[in-house]
Amino acid sequence: MISRLSAITFNTFREAVRDRVLYNLILFVLLLVATAPLFGQISIGLDRLILINVGLSAMSLFGIVIAILVGIGLVSKEIDKKTLYTILSRPVRRWEFIAGKYLGLVMTLAANACLMAAGFYLALLVTAHGFQRADAGLFVAIYFIILQFCIMTAITLLFSSFSTPIFSAIFAFALFVIGTFAEDLRNFAALSHGPARWLVTAVAYMVPNFSALNVISQVAHDVPVSGSLILYNTLYAVLYSAAATSAAVLIFERRNLK
Amino acid sequence: MKTYRKITWPALLLLGVCLGGSVLMLRAVDKVRGKQGTLEDILYIRSSKALKRLSLGYSGLLADIYWTRAVQYFGTKHHQAEDVRYDLLYPLLDITTDLDPHLIVAYEFGSIFLSQPPPAGAGQPDKAAQLVEKGIRENPDHWRLYFTLGYIHYFDRKDYKAAQLAFQKGSEVPGAMSWMKIMAATMAQHAGESSTSMQIWRKLYETSEEPAIKQNAVQHFAALQVDEEVKELENRIRAYRERMGQDPAGWIDLVRVGLLRGIPRDPNGKPYLLMPDRTVQVQDPDKLPFITHGLPPERKKTKRP
Repeated sequence: MISRLSAITFNTFREAVRDRVLYNLILFVLLLVATAPLFGQISIGLDRLILINVGLSAMSLFGIVIAILVGIGLVSKEIDKKTLYTILSRPVRRWEFIAGKYLGLVMTLAANACLMAAGFYLALLVTAHGFQRADAGLFVAIYFIILQFCIMTAITLLFSSFSTPIFSAIFAFALFVIGTFAEDLRNFAALSHGPARWLVTAVAYMVPNFSALNVISQVAHDVPVSGSLILYNTLYAVLYSAAATSAAVLIFERRNLK
Repeated sequence: MKTYRKITWPALLLLGVCLGGSVLMLRAVDKVRGKQGTLEDILYIRSSKALKRLSLGYSGLLADIYWTRAVQYFGTKHHQAEDVRYDLLYPLLDITTDLDPHLIVAYEFGSIFLSQPPPAGAGQPDKAAQLVEKGIRENPDHWRLYFTLGYIHYFDRKDYKAAQLAFQKGSEVPGAMSWMKIMAATMAQHAGESSTSMQIWRKLYETSEEPAIKQNAVQHFAALQVDEEVKELENRIRAYRERMGQDPAGWIDLVRVGLLRGIPRDPNGKPYLLMPDRTVQVQDPDKLPFITHGLPPERKKTKRP
């Protein structure tokens, strides 16, 4: 089982890395990070702050776009090229295929994030002429961004297990926007009454919570992130991703591929 | 088919457990971050101009989000929490009303939060007046904002002349209620009297559509009633002592000599307490947050107009 899973994982990683869209987006982020010091020169005294905000926000947004663009094609491409039938005719179970695809894309996104982080720290070094002690706190924000990618990949995979690529992209992006405002959704739920309260609360807990995973403003102002928040956010991302992947497995198992 | 059946139950179980676990983790995250985390996050960007640009034209939606956060944090927590960050309230309201200058409820409700003394509010009446004046500039046809301004000048700034002027100006706005003129006249002649205060709270209750504002008016009205009743009861205790040459042991003594018709009760229906030092106290001061009389000695407040 492990060997089958790792084979699918590494194949997915290799395939994604070869994708041209991927390289274009990484290049775009790196360019954005490289031009951030220019923004800093316009806003006197805020160069470091603007660089962190622009750099990390770009890293998060473009990573999400990559997760969606690559994620929507994971299943449909294999069906279109008819390679899925070859894979499933071997002793590979459908759930192993889904899990392997998920792990492969997460690995790709984590590698991208590391590359972008390296570019970001390079820009920081150029702007601030050295690192500060508080810069270590930025790793937490980057780690949370990778957790966002883990959740987003699972969601995209879930949609792509039953829908067309275009609809999967629309659903996944819509869920990302809703998840960004998840805390406001819970605030609305707390203010409503009767059955609407239960309904909105249930929806608020079902949608992914991306707002708790966004600490960019906090670290940009050198406010430390607590260890318990790192632990809970990690567990949350793992559990939510596992739930979405399980749902994708359940749907894909029932799907008629003939 | 066999594999399909094999995987369904473990996958369903994993889905249920992980979803339940994620809800628990989310609650744990909420506890760590607290409500304040959300507020401080949004106030990192304090420039409403920058926010308007960032909203890509959806500034109304952004204003609604800011307003919801204000209500959620300050509206539901302010009675319990000791560490409420009232310093965040004015910037939050200022940004909200910059994003949507016609969000009347933010001026009306927000200024009441701002003006009332702690723990019920921020105790910043000058900033509250500033916020309502901004509302009037943006919405000159809205006569109720003049009423709110007059209310703040009267109760919290104790500037009766400014209150009279606000009521007067409001009465001149087309569509304003006729009693705004009466209110202006009352300010000139009877400012500081409790009957005037009661009149303002009654009008606020009658004309507001917001349940929270109505509730606030009811609580203030009840507080004025308690203050009057406590003063009157203490007068009657003194009258008993003068007549009988000793302190009453309980309310029943005052009833026996005809100074009271029955056991006196506060607006919540609970009997007033006759203390050994001949003062009168309410049983549950937490349910009467704005009273200035009838409080235990450690909770005494300053007098209202």
